[in-house]
Amino acid sequence: MTPWGRATTALRLLWADPAGLGGIALRARSGPARDAFQTLLQGKVTRLHPAMPLDVLDGGVDVSVSLAEGTLVRHAGLLEGGARTLLLTMAERTPPLLATRLCHALDAGDAHRIIALDEGAETDETLPAGLLDRMAFHISLDGLGLHDVGPFDTAFNTVDPAELSAIDLPETALNELVTLAVTLGITSLRAPGFALRAARANAALNRRKTVIAKDIILAAELVYAPRATRLPEEMPPETEIPDTPDESPENGSTEQDLLQIPQDILLEAIKTALPPDLLDKSGSNTGRNASGSGAGRKKVGNRRGRPLPARMTGSKNNQARVDLMATLRAAVPWQTLRRQQHPDRTGPIIYPADLRHKRYEDLSDRLLVFAVDASGSAAMARLAEAKGAVELLLAEAYARRDHVALISFRGEAAETLLPPTRSLVQTKRRLAELPGGGGTPLASGLSCGLETAMTAFRKGLSPVLIVLTDGRSNIALDGTANRAQAAQDALNVAAQITQSGINSIVIDTGRRPEAALQKLAATLRGRYVSLPRADAQKLSETVSAALAT
Amino acid sequence: MGWQITIRKPGYRMKHPFPFSAIVGQSDMKRAMLLTAIDPSIGGVLVFGDRGTGKSTAVRALAALLPPIIAVKSCPVNSARIEDCPEWANVSDGATHEIPTPIVDLPLGASEDRVTGALDIEKALTKGEKAFQPGLLAAANRGYLYIDEVNLLEDHIVDLLLDVAQSGENVVEREGLSIRHAARFVLVGSGNPEEGELRPQLLDRFGLSVDVASPTDIDERVEVIKRRDAYDNDHAAFMLRWQAEDATLRAQILTAREALKKLTTPESTLRDVAELCIKLGSDGLRGELTLLKAARAYAASRNDTALTRAHIRDVASLALRHRLRRDPLDDAGSGTRVNRIVEDVLG
Repeated sequence: MTPWGRATTALRLLWADPAGLGGIALRARSGPARDAFQTLLQGKVTRLHPAMPLDVLDGGVDVSVSLAEGTLVRHAGLLEGGARTLLLTMAERTPPLLATRLCHALDAGDAHRIIALDEGAETDETLPAGLLDRMAFHISLDGLGLHDVGPFDTAFNTVDPAELSAIDLPETALNELVTLAVTLGITSLRAPGFALRAARANAALNRRKTVIAKDIILAAELVYAPRATRLPEEMPPETEIPDTPDESPENGSTEQDLLQIPQDILLEAIKTALPPDLLDKSGSNTGRNASGSGAGRKKVGNRRGRPLPARMTGSKNNQARVDLMATLRAAVPWQTLRRQQHPDRTGPIIYPADLRHKRYEDLSDRLLVFAVDASGSAAMARLAEAKGAVELLLAEAYARRDHVALISFRGEAAETLLPPTRSLVQTKRRLAELPGGGGTPLASGLSCGLETAMTAFRKGLSPVLIVLTDGRSNIALDGTANRAQAAQDALNVAAQITQSGINSIVIDTGRRPEAALQKLAATLRGRYVSLPRADAQKLSETVSAALAT
Repeated sequence: MGWQITIRKPGYRMKHPFPFSAIVGQSDMKRAMLLTAIDPSIGGVLVFGDRGTGKSTAVRALAALLPPIIAVKSCPVNSARIEDCPEWANVSDGATHEIPTPIVDLPLGASEDRVTGALDIEKALTKGEKAFQPGLLAAANRGYLYIDEVNLLEDHIVDLLLDVAQSGENVVEREGLSIRHAARFVLVGSGNPEEGELRPQLLDRFGLSVDVASPTDIDERVEVIKRRDAYDNDHAAFMLRWQAEDATLRAQILTAREALKKLTTPESTLRDVAELCIKLGSDGLRGELTLLKAARAYAASRNDTALTRAHIRDVASLALRHRLRRDPLDDAGSGTRVNRIVEDVLG
């Protein structure tokens, strides 16, 4: 089946069994395929936006109307009163709070359908994992052109839930689906459940009274393929077959008795639908490459931190807190006039325009970027000690809830071992695996550090760059072994870092203090610390002191 | 009335949650939750594990399983008697009704106001009344407070929650309000450790801790899906069968609560508990207390009359695994370490 075929089939199934299937996560950048998909949904959905306040879903007090009328007026939420189809645009930006709320809506079994349009560009830029797990279908329409969009029928049939329940399900089918999930390395037990419901829904749509092989194959293809984290053993990954337009499961000998669905047919169907980046996923440990950054990255400016003066607000963000004193202060001068207008109202008469919201200023989270020199010279000298020092600093970062990132440079270039994360276990593991040897591409390490720091800075973190090196830079930015050029490149990058306003600390891991490094630290306008001999604890204290200033 | 609950309890409208007794496997998690149902003073339960392992299902199932409580009808904090109602609520009518044990969800990213309750701004502005709008903590009194992804919750909210959970009272001092009300609840937190850890100080505040994993046995997984399928498609028959089991379990909880009062604790068992905790090097005395309470609740649930080593052995890992003083970077499971020391001490 083509990706487009999968998308439309998923939609049809979702319409047939909203309570059981939850929703579709559609990954596509804007393009003809995405547009065509949205045309299918026209008139059937309510659009949501990730930045929308929660009371749109749950209902709440309508402040402006309440103030105008002088009595409490509630407005209804989207999740109240009957099942709806919600279209969540820009779903990759869904904040945790909204995601949790939507998860609850799906868990409650109210037959809401959620269609999430995920426009993420990077692999880790996607829907919150909890929400994704609760949606049956994950479909990618990325890179499809207009010619890939097949004919489609905009009418979707709904199916009576009783009719769905009445569909007969052979026990073997159930075993088959569960076994297959395990074979494909899908740990969540929601997946087999979804596959089962999808099979039932397909049988119902085709007016069958019992689930047959064809339904199972379709369900496995739609539900399992995107979730697979490993290929079954008998299938080497190189033989991954590109999408073929013909419906391989359909023209196979599928009308046979269900008791004998060969596993191969099922696997074949899944194989054609496997995402191309499966191996990237499996490399990173069961594909859960959640950014791991915790919820602390984005700072809402109206909930905590140091108070700022209240301000008039246009947004009806329900997270914002009304500053009562400021609101009253704004309303007081008008009371005499307003009293004349509304002689029958008691209490202060407040207009929506008087509302002032609280604002806070908060310190953003700190990111420690460790750039560790793992070159031959450093390895000879004190790589193990440097590792020990980083571990101590990590323990401290843990206590302070700092984020950490790990970069190593050796040989010809630098390498990001770990993008910013809060998972210290991972950091420690990567650090332990860090081998030593090769030249010292200090400039490359610095520029990699700068890049990481700037990305984090744009996300609202305050990065600090910590460079651990013996300072014998001998590989220039372009990868050539030229000591003078290398030193010059390192200084140039250092100047860039200074200009970007990133704080840094240079830790000299050499046998004796290195003059070049002191110069580098001066260019960085950062602290220079000479690694105290065999005393990682002291180093950690020194760095903490340097960070504190 | 000066107050009004406008907080909805998400996930509460599910008519019949999946029955607790029908959850396949996950015996540690189920045991931990039942122990807190028998003796809520054990403290919270922390459930760490992958997605789709039945964490939230178990919590929602608990709501239906627990015996209902008697509460004053118009009391915002579910007080049992009119004397217990906070005075700011101005409850005048002492009529009581039976309500299910409250299980309140705390959504990630909830603001402090929503958790503790705050001045009802809308009412203050429109009517000029100084009224308190109770928060989630009020709604959770005498019940459970469930936090999914507790490891991603903002630190200041976690601090606040644990503080209230310890003291059993919510104190609000802000915006000219000075309000206090009872907030005794069992905290249930769940999360996936790969997405961030919980600070050790906070780990320690949870009474029991459980690690859950997807069952690896195919038959068990098939059974999970089979029951889920029956729940979805053969609802009436399924509920009939399992609600009966739930009723048995509920009766057990009630019997155990009675049995707990008569349970004797021999001196030698206390010594065992103390020795165990010293060997493990758990900080403070909270470990001992929780282990003792959990073991007593466990003994009561089995209708035994005296606490013995066997009870302690069975719950030691639940109560102690998260209290070991350990290197924050050490990712090895601590459950095995507890079990090894239990073997050493208790033989």
